Amino acid sequence: MEVYITQILIIIAINIILAVSLNLINGMTGQFSLGHAGFMAVGAYTSAVLAKTYGVNILLAILVGAAVAGVVGFIIGFPVLRLKGDYLAIVTLGFGEIIRVIILNMKITGGAKGLPGIPGGINLLISYTFAIATVIIIRNIMLSSEGRAFLSIREDEIAAEAMGVNITRYKVLAFIIGAFFAGIAGGVYAHFYQFLKPDSFNIFKTVDILLMVVLGGMGSITGSIIAAIILTIVPELLRGFSEYRMVVYSLTLIILMIARPDGILGKKEITDIISFKKRGA
Amino acid sequence: MTEFIQQLLNGLSLGSIYALIALGYTMVYGILQLINFAHGEIYMLGAFTAYYLVFYFKLNFILALVLSMIITAGIGVVIEKLAYKPLRNSSRVSALLTALGVSMLLQNLGLKIFGGDPKAFPQLIPNKPIFIGDLIIFNQQIVIVVVAIILMVILEIIVHYTKIGKAMRAVAFDKDAAKLMGIDSNMVISFTFAIGSALAAAAGVLIGMRFNRIDPLMGMMPGIKAFVAAVLGGIGSIPGAVLGGLIMGISESLVVGYLSSTYRDAIAFALLIIILIIKPAGLLGKNIKEKV
Repeated sequence: MEVYITQILIIIAINIILAVSLNLINGMTGQFSLGHAGFMAVGAYTSAVLAKTYGVNILLAILVGAAVAGVVGFIIGFPVLRLKGDYLAIVTLGFGEIIRVIILNMKITGGAKGLPGIPGGINLLISYTFAIATVIIIRNIMLSSEGRAFLSIREDEIAAEAMGVNITRYKVLAFIIGAFFAGIAGGVYAHFYQFLKPDSFNIFKTVDILLMVVLGGMGSITGSIIAAIILTIVPELLRGFSEYRMVVYSLTLIILMIARPDGILGKKEITDIISFKKRGA
Repeated sequence: MTEFIQQLLNGLSLGSIYALIALGYTMVYGILQLINFAHGEIYMLGAFTAYYLVFYFKLNFILALVLSMIITAGIGVVIEKLAYKPLRNSSRVSALLTALGVSMLLQNLGLKIFGGDPKAFPQLIPNKPIFIGDLIIFNQQIVIVVVAIILMVILEIIVHYTKIGKAMRAVAFDKDAAKLMGIDSNMVISFTFAIGSALAAAAGVLIGMRFNRIDPLMGMMPGIKAFVAAVLGGIGSIPGAVLGGLIMGISESLVVGYLSSTYRDAIAFALLIIILIIKPAGLLGKNIKEKV
């Protein structure tokens, strides 16, 4: 039982990293990206191959994997940022799928059979160190002038440009940072499960992460964390009704979206709510 | 050269299927600005409806096709009323996610009700090869293309020569202005979903017959590819959807024929990315000016 709870806690940590980093791109910069699973896959496979084939220490491997994911984010971000809204969403979805197909066709990744025997060693301490570091770094970015530039792009691109914000630069920057942390999550995932297969990073993985972002509230870091916790635990609780699990899950999603389209917290953070209460008292 | 023409012909029938599905995406997008991710599942439901109709009532091809289209159109309208209508005024991301939720729901309900094993779709029209020189064409491929063309002509007539078609174009152009002119936009939206679903159902029946097997997850990949086709041609544009579908089908056949089938899914997206980067609104899409 204790092992089971530890496992779920680690999965929650991974999901927090994924949700918060996607929120930086989708919720805060307003760029609708559907390629997060692709970035995660790049980080996961790079880190796994480094540790397995070249014997690199897993912490270093995870960081290198994340850096590679960041570079891929830069390569992808640059040409596609001419596109907006739905078109951007579809192209990023396409890139995610292309990354998956490339991994499927490579020898070093084990192709469709998957990559077994990845060195393990992920525990609660390591996973939560990464998760907390991600949250703190992204929170600090949002409070800096770069963060204000991201928000201004979300609110009104044309006005932001008129105020002298270099839109392309900040969009690419948001992409790189988001991809980097998705890569971190991928690395943690790889060394936690010790087995990777390309199918784990398909469009449904992205949808999973996107759900956390939207359910928590686009633009709210606290919201993403809460939603990551809820959406990891709920499927576990439903395991008893395994046959109807996915039916219930998707129904819950539809009902939640209809009842609360802005997510649990909207754009608010936990700090907003607490300080508001103090003022009220 | 024969090989090339052969692949081109195979691509043409596959492309007609993508075009039929893409039309539904593009019409719904044109009116609601909603990417109806559940559209691939509508296509799956169309195939299963026909399967059970034939199984229980021993219908012939035409009857099974038409009845399946009518029933699936009804399902499409019900889905719109239950899931999308309450979200008409909320953000587009919530609507998009709801559509993804509906897609997951239909897949899993399908797995539950129809079972996970693939089912053998009845051969409503016996499959016979026709030889022209070295070329092999199957009569079912011809049926697919002919049915697709007939349906597209009917759609063209509805959209351009009937009152409801005029209302559809008006709502797509400006929803508020259309409402002021007395157009019942809810009715128009329902009608759009009905037509789109009927076309997807037809595609499902045709593909079920051609490949002889259907399963509850069959809508996933064709759904995404048809959507890519719609974007490729310029989403919101009906001729664009047809063009996009044909391009997707033919390029996919060529990739399978000349490269490798494992790259089949990647090439669709690679093509899309290249075209969107050169022409961000798709091949036949309108370039909308930025409003300040």
